[in-house]
Amino acid sequence: MLTKTQLFSKGFLAVAPHMFSVIPFGIICGAIGIELGFDPVLVYAMSIIIFGGASQIVFLQLLSGGASALIAITSVGVINSRHLLYGAVLSEYLEKLSFIKKLLISYIVVDQGFAESNKFFMKNKTEQHLHYHLIGSGVTLWIFWQLSTLAGIVLGSFVPEELGLKFAIPLTFIAIVVQDFKKLDHVIVMITCGLSSLLFFDAPFKSYIIISPIIALFVAALVLRLKK
Amino acid sequence: MTWLTIIIAGIITYFTRMTMVALVDRDLLGERVKEVLAYVPSAVFPAIIFPGIFINDYGAFIEMNDPKIFGAIVAILVGYFSRNVIATILSGLSSYWVIIFLL
Repeated sequence: MLTKTQLFSKGFLAVAPHMFSVIPFGIICGAIGIELGFDPVLVYAMSIIIFGGASQIVFLQLLSGGASALIAITSVGVINSRHLLYGAVLSEYLEKLSFIKKLLISYIVVDQGFAESNKFFMKNKTEQHLHYHLIGSGVTLWIFWQLSTLAGIVLGSFVPEELGLKFAIPLTFIAIVVQDFKKLDHVIVMITCGLSSLLFFDAPFKSYIIISPIIALFVAALVLRLKK
Repeated sequence: MTWLTIIIAGIITYFTRMTMVALVDRDLLGERVKEVLAYVPSAVFPAIIFPGIFINDYGAFIEMNDPKIFGAIVAILVGYFSRNVIATILSGLSSYWVIIFLL
């Protein structure tokens, strides 16, 4: 049985490699806000209030492009709706927590933290204080997100654009799913999602980010039925 | 005004994170739904991966000889065999750099 501290550090270590994508992305996110002419305090406040990289950038771009508040809010909601799926998966492991703890821990659920902690949860279902792993991964991502967006705001985009560090984002998620390439059912679901995302890329409000997972999950349900 | 917009966007985002964890009773989800949920990572992350590789900053499809495709293939091979996240990301990035800077 692992202690709370051990679980927390495992969570930290699990997401640490993802800083290769989180930090450059945070810097870009902060720098874009300033380049678009927003108040630095406002740009930084988004990292605390919204705390969701892609949605923060889209939000600022829409507002600076003259889109209405309603459109900007809708886009953020649509882009971040994928967290509903993460929550549904994590709820199995967070069931026993008090309501207040559930409210608090929800704030730090983000892509890479969900992905790494969920992997750990699946392998260690019997551990007692499992949620400390999620706290470790989530708090780590939160801190580095705050620091890197702040760096982007203060220093501007000091990472040379020629390096193409945005490419680290798809790579980080490749690292997350690549072990499931062994399983044909998962590969089918991944390809469905990926192709759908290209097909629906121009759908309004960046909705490809939730349309393609829904299509892929339907295919997953179908695959499950065929397997039986 | 912009502040109010951010706060509303933040509250909505928080609800996307919190609803299924704190408000929805897990027993409401049927067994079939729970089984399907095991596919969530495979069903969500390619929607970040594919556009990140195949669509450029201007929203257009890249050419088939784009260095990002090569970088992604290297990352997949290295990731699959090494099972190491850092190796996956760095091999992808460095093979991409080799092509754009050296070739």
